[in-house]
Amino acid sequence: MALPPLDSLQWKSPIRAFAWGVSSVASTVLTLVLFATYLGIGALAHDSGFSLGWVLGSTILVWAGPAQIILISTLGSGATAVQAAIAVTVSAIRLFPMVVSVLPLMKTPQTKRRHLVLVTHFIAVTLWVECYRLLPKVPRERRIAFTHGLGCGLVTVCMVATTLGYGLAARLPPLFGAAILLLTPLAFLLSTARNCRQISDVLALVLGLALFPLVSMLHTGVDILISGITAGTIAYGVHWWRERERA
Amino acid sequence: MSEFFGSPHALLILVLAGFLPNEIWRMAGLWFGAGVDEGSEVLVWVRAVATAILAGVIAQILVQPPGVLAGVPDWLRYGAVAAGFAVFMLTRRSIFAGVVSGEIVLVAGKWWLG
Repeated sequence: MALPPLDSLQWKSPIRAFAWGVSSVASTVLTLVLFATYLGIGALAHDSGFSLGWVLGSTILVWAGPAQIILISTLGSGATAVQAAIAVTVSAIRLFPMVVSVLPLMKTPQTKRRHLVLVTHFIAVTLWVECYRLLPKVPRERRIAFTHGLGCGLVTVCMVATTLGYGLAARLPPLFGAAILLLTPLAFLLSTARNCRQISDVLALVLGLALFPLVSMLHTGVDILISGITAGTIAYGVHWWRERERA
Repeated sequence: MSEFFGSPHALLILVLAGFLPNEIWRMAGLWFGAGVDEGSEVLVWVRAVATAILAGVIAQILVQPPGVLAGVPDWLRYGAVAAGFAVFMLTRRSIFAGVVSGEIVLVAGKWWLG
């Protein structure tokens, strides 16, 4: 499906731009990955003892796969709300640079900050990647409406997937239930590996995978934080050292 | 309705431990983002830590699996993910091919084990 050319009259209407945003959901394979991830989140929430309304609420309000999985798995394994909140907030720091880098694509001189609040809420890795791909094909003054459409479309897809995953985990034989739970680590591992741009990203992924099993033996309750900050900082250190060698 | 949403206490925890600690970084980006350079070194570190935390979450699900995934032997879980990753690399980084292959290995392996 192709968007109309930039000078097309179809872009005159913000409602049309919203609709183009919604239908762009069907134009990316990432929607399929997101669908698989949220099937997994629904199943994980079911097996961790949360209600369907609770996990749907987390999809709308949190709207970040990793944070939702961290929240569900930490609370589900008996961590306190404070421990869960710390792990969630550290995992969410990565949203900050995403927001900072993507908002300039949508601003016009007339844009007020409040016009960008909903767009900002929708920003997570999939929307971030798709904005870079799609927004250059959208006239600047319609980009906010278009992104609202894209965000609403993606949230709807994920609500359906969450519900389906939750229901399937309740009804499927254990073999297929296990398959749905494996979707989350598989989809996250591969989409993260695909997003690696620098040596620091690759090292962070590999060290993060390797360090967690070691740190988890300490049973601190914040194992993910300790292994993540350690592995990430080592990866950054290697990046820093290589840059200095080059200079 | 209370069965659909669970207890009010659970919803409060969703907002306090899930929504607010996550959303604060988005809103910080909206409020203070204009002053941060996209290519700055701090953001390289932030991205590395965020990636490593996500890697830790992936490892946690594989090492301490939730629910029925715990019924799959360790070697089969690791093998399925390794197979998915290998296919991903061989297919010039196709996420779809990798995920499908990993799932096939898991289901076939579990079925074969009985």
